[in-house]
Amino acid sequence: MLPFLGRRLLQLIPTLFFVSVIIFGLQQLLPGDPALIMAGEERDPDVIAQIREQYRLDQPIPVQYVYWMKGVLSGDLGESMRIKKPVLDLVLEKLPVTAQLAGMAILIALVIGVGAGIVSAVYKDTWLDYGANIFALWGISTPNFWLGILLIFLFSVQLGWLPASGYVRPGEDLQASLASTIMPAFVLGNAIAAILMRHTRGAMLQVLSSDYVRTARAKGLLERSVVLKHAMRNAMTPVITLGALELGTLLSGAVLTEQIFTIPGFGKLIVDAVFNRDYAVVQGVVLVTATAYIVLNLLADIAYVLANPRLRS
Amino acid sequence: MATLTATDATASEGLLVESPARRAWRRLRRRKGAMLGLAVISIFILLAVLAPWVAPYDPIKQSWSLVRKAPSAAHWFGTDEVGRDLLSRVIFGARASLSAGIISVGIALSVGVPLGIVAGYIGGWVDSLISRITDAMLATPFLILAIALAAFLGPSLGNAMIAIGITATPIFIRLTRGQVMAVKVEDYIEAARSVGNPKWRIALFHILPNILPPLLVQATLALATAIIAEAALSFLGLGQQPPAPSWGSMLNSAQRFLTNAPWMAIWPGVAIFLAVLSFNLLGDGLRDALDPKER
Repeated sequence: MLPFLGRRLLQLIPTLFFVSVIIFGLQQLLPGDPALIMAGEERDPDVIAQIREQYRLDQPIPVQYVYWMKGVLSGDLGESMRIKKPVLDLVLEKLPVTAQLAGMAILIALVIGVGAGIVSAVYKDTWLDYGANIFALWGISTPNFWLGILLIFLFSVQLGWLPASGYVRPGEDLQASLASTIMPAFVLGNAIAAILMRHTRGAMLQVLSSDYVRTARAKGLLERSVVLKHAMRNAMTPVITLGALELGTLLSGAVLTEQIFTIPGFGKLIVDAVFNRDYAVVQGVVLVTATAYIVLNLLADIAYVLANPRLRS
Repeated sequence: MATLTATDATASEGLLVESPARRAWRRLRRRKGAMLGLAVISIFILLAVLAPWVAPYDPIKQSWSLVRKAPSAAHWFGTDEVGRDLLSRVIFGARASLSAGIISVGIALSVGVPLGIVAGYIGGWVDSLISRITDAMLATPFLILAIALAAFLGPSLGNAMIAIGITATPIFIRLTRGQVMAVKVEDYIEAARSVGNPKWRIALFHILPNILPPLLVQATLALATAIIAEAALSFLGLGQQPPAPSWGSMLNSAQRFLTNAPWMAIWPGVAIFLAVLSFNLLGDGLRDALDPKER
């Protein structure tokens, strides 16, 4: 296990290096003088000079990168031009909101996706299977921002059951917090549920036709026990890895979902930063998101190895 | 009996000389979902091309007497917050969505495939460098990277296409590289090498034609992703700029009028859903039709 972990950690170094190069490189895409663009409507020469000095824009690009990277490694992701706060503080402030949303979305995706996948595989070529497949196609093809708008129309405008926007922290009022996040979490979880359903169905079909499942049935075990205890446990291992690849979908989806439901999380932070031309925040959020995605994938790989006894040895 | 045998012989002879493209088309035709997807895509393409003749009204013409009118015989999809005909805007919006899809996937293919071939065929440090950059790009969630690129390039449909194209490129690099590595050890490539073909010729005329099927499937599925991404960027104000119509920006303005004009939110969403669903159905069908195991 340890050599595997060491090898995987070593592989992360070049990936993280190139991620940092790409994110730093974004700044070079700005048309014209970056200092003038970063200053926005602020035309004070002192401010422009301060930006030029802060980002070392008068230095060669590799030198600028080294200074930027030094800052990043010491936890300095720059400062928001608009809010005048360190980017890291802003990110840490918003992270719990998105984490709550993402956690709820994963739970919804697992319950619906894995459940529908198992039912679809067990009742292959029946109406239940067709229904689950149609659900998967619907989930993959529906833009989450449209689904969000439709849910707001139904549950907030028509029925008045749930708030259309806003966010309440769980510590303040748990019920209100759940009410404010259930719709966005469902929107986020819907697409991932569809993908998990397809993965689970494929894995279950493979496992259900294997010899050990046939043996379990031959022993006279109840079908429920065969499916849930014998087949599902083995079918879940590939689902863990394939499902982890969808974490990017989750993080991308959070941007739009938080925008629609006015949830002050990570996604809304990047959109607001884009509109306010707060480039340091954009870079900071992309960097943290990419790093989080890489780390979560690493954790999924470790979970995969732990769940598979053959790989553990 | 003799006639039957002769017919069988002709049929099997016909099958033997059947080209791969014809065989794929024959198999694709058997898949109802894929054919339905292809039909809907064809309708969208026709609507986009013939938009000026098909759309009943000018999509950007405002009319203060027609503000937020519900669907009627005169305006089948209703009108928006400044009295523009929604049906006309949905039809013209197909142009933005389909062109964004096709151009961005075109960018991804034209950059990703050559880089994937170079990485897979040459190997060594070139492969390592290209692969690590690909890993880094894939490590950044698709839409977040596209938003960041579009933000730094500036909001416009053209820049959104470039941003989506760049973001979709690493998938094609990785897929092409893997396919090239599998194909380059085949005997026919060895034969092509042994008769003195230069590397570029082997890559272009011997490897590329043999890796086209998976690329075609991926390109079709990437079109669906690109259409959603364009709609998302336009929804956020980073794609098509007003007053030009786009399904994403139409949904953005619809959000503010959900209480008194819900129809504004229905049609652009249905259009995105149908386009994306059709490309997904076609992509799934192509995957099955081009799968060698299905032969």
